[in-house]
Amino acid sequence: MRGMIDFFRIICHNKRSLIGLIILVIFILMATAGPFIFKLNMTVDYNNRYLSPSLEHWLGTDFAGRDTFIQLVHGSKEVLLVGLLAAFFTLFVGALLGTLSGLVGGRLDAGIMLITNLFLTIPSFPILIIMAAIFSIRDPISFALVLSAWSWPGLTRAVRSQIISLKERDFIVICKVMGMSKPHIIFKELMPSITSFLSISFIMTMRGAITGSVGIMMLGLAPYSPTNWGQMLNLAVSQTGGIFNPLGFIYLFSPILCLAFFQLGSIFFANGIDEALNPRLRG
Amino acid sequence: MTPVIVLKRIGMAFVTVCLATVMTFVLLRLTPGNAIDAWARDYATQFGITLEEAYRRIAAMINYNPNEPLHEQFVRYISGLLHGNLGVSMVYQQITVNSIIANAMPWTIFVATISLFISFVIGMLLGVRMAWKRNSVLEPSVSLFTVITSAIPDFIFAILLLVVFAYGLNWFPVNGAYDPFVTPGFNLDFIVSVLYYATMPILTFVITNIGGWALMMKGNAVSVLGEDYIIAAKARGISESVIMNRYVMKNAMLPMITMLAITFGSMLGGATLIENIFQYPGIGYFLGEATRTRDYTVMQGIMLFLSVTMIVANLIADLVYSKLDPRIKVEG
Repeated sequence: MRGMIDFFRIICHNKRSLIGLIILVIFILMATAGPFIFKLNMTVDYNNRYLSPSLEHWLGTDFAGRDTFIQLVHGSKEVLLVGLLAAFFTLFVGALLGTLSGLVGGRLDAGIMLITNLFLTIPSFPILIIMAAIFSIRDPISFALVLSAWSWPGLTRAVRSQIISLKERDFIVICKVMGMSKPHIIFKELMPSITSFLSISFIMTMRGAITGSVGIMMLGLAPYSPTNWGQMLNLAVSQTGGIFNPLGFIYLFSPILCLAFFQLGSIFFANGIDEALNPRLRG
Repeated sequence: MTPVIVLKRIGMAFVTVCLATVMTFVLLRLTPGNAIDAWARDYATQFGITLEEAYRRIAAMINYNPNEPLHEQFVRYISGLLHGNLGVSMVYQQITVNSIIANAMPWTIFVATISLFISFVIGMLLGVRMAWKRNSVLEPSVSLFTVITSAIPDFIFAILLLVVFAYGLNWFPVNGAYDPFVTPGFNLDFIVSVLYYATMPILTFVITNIGGWALMMKGNAVSVLGEDYIIAAKARGISESVIMNRYVMKNAMLPMITMLAITFGSMLGGATLIENIFQYPGIGYFLGEATRTRDYTVMQGIMLFLSVTMIVANLIADLVYSKLDPRIKVEG
């Protein structure tokens, strides 16, 4: 508990990370509570298209007379869910393989590194869109799996190098000499030292996954949800729902601004985490 | 770098190319079989031949016959590749994948090279100045710029440029690579038109890449500035601009040459979204088109081509780097 309080004290102390935290909390609230408060209605209503913002429609309506703000709120749930799942899968695979590779070494290490390097040298975005086309994505879980299929190698390599450099440090060597068990060394000594690194990687992977998912959606390759920000951009740009008519600009710019703010929030917050969890940086 | 290590690196690159080939083969195998079945049925009725004959002819066109056993499929696929034949498009059956790549590649390379060059040079100059004058306004403003440009994905910048400069102000064209009324060839009109149409894709890449280069350069330049030979040069009374441009710039640039090759490789693949937004007929645009129309042979061919390009770019980066900087010890 004390650790948590300390953590938030340090986050709040740093102006940047506080701003990041606030932005992220707003988005999380928007994604979790939002869809329950605002009911989505996607029926086409041509009499009310391109309305300006008003009390009834906070951000006006889109090219088919549907409320832009409510679409944005429901979209945030989709976007964040995909990002969260993808980051979770990536972290799991990356941390597991990276730790194994770093600790065991030898043949296993060489094998894992060969596969990792293969994945790293294949251009990831093209293969992502091809996989999206072949597996015809219909739900957040399969979307997240496709996205994480190409984001684990970077993390694996980074975790491996962290583990290798830690392995030779005095305190780990002493643990070994004292005859402590392997699981104890791994979970009680090694893991806490890379927690800050892993949490930052989690946020950054989520950030990358969200960019990737919005990009794929924008190309119209995963059209399972009409309110996802990427799908909104696709409708606005490719289907010309928002680029010709200045009245449609709110529909075009609201997902863009949300995406930008979310990314900025993640970067700022990640900066703060590094300071909060990495005692060496506090000084 | 000893010849043994060079050979080892080339060998590794070769293994990676082989694995990438196997991967694209697997990808093609995942193609829903009914796409080819439907094609074969159409083909048989169109030319009045038997279904088997149709499968055989299609197999000759795309190096793939779903009815053959796996190992025969693989042999057919590899022998096609060794003949430099990536098959024909499944949607436009008269067009070969080779010709699509050959037509699209110059546009992508053109945009990537120019934008890489511009952003690299500007980034270099900014980075050195940031390191040289630590307490100026340059440093915080470039940092802020970098945070913003790295937070906002490049395709968002592409949309913004498109909306503001093409649709809003009508300064730049909305799509295409050159004015359709200009005759392609080596004449002034054509060159001007090509540059004009490429401005916005180039601008997108430049905006999103400058920050990264500047910060990287600053980091390198700061460590170079701490070296003894810089202090010695100052003590000898060499002018600031000479130290900055000859001593610091040259030494700090070295490690970035590697990044240049790697970035070039990844830009070819990363151009997909931007080329689709500007409908610029580069390789990424055709990849997007092929994916939308489920043109599996084109997808597979472009994918393989991009992978090989990236592997080769990485290899060149590796080899060139150790040549450029004799201080580097390469481990095998």
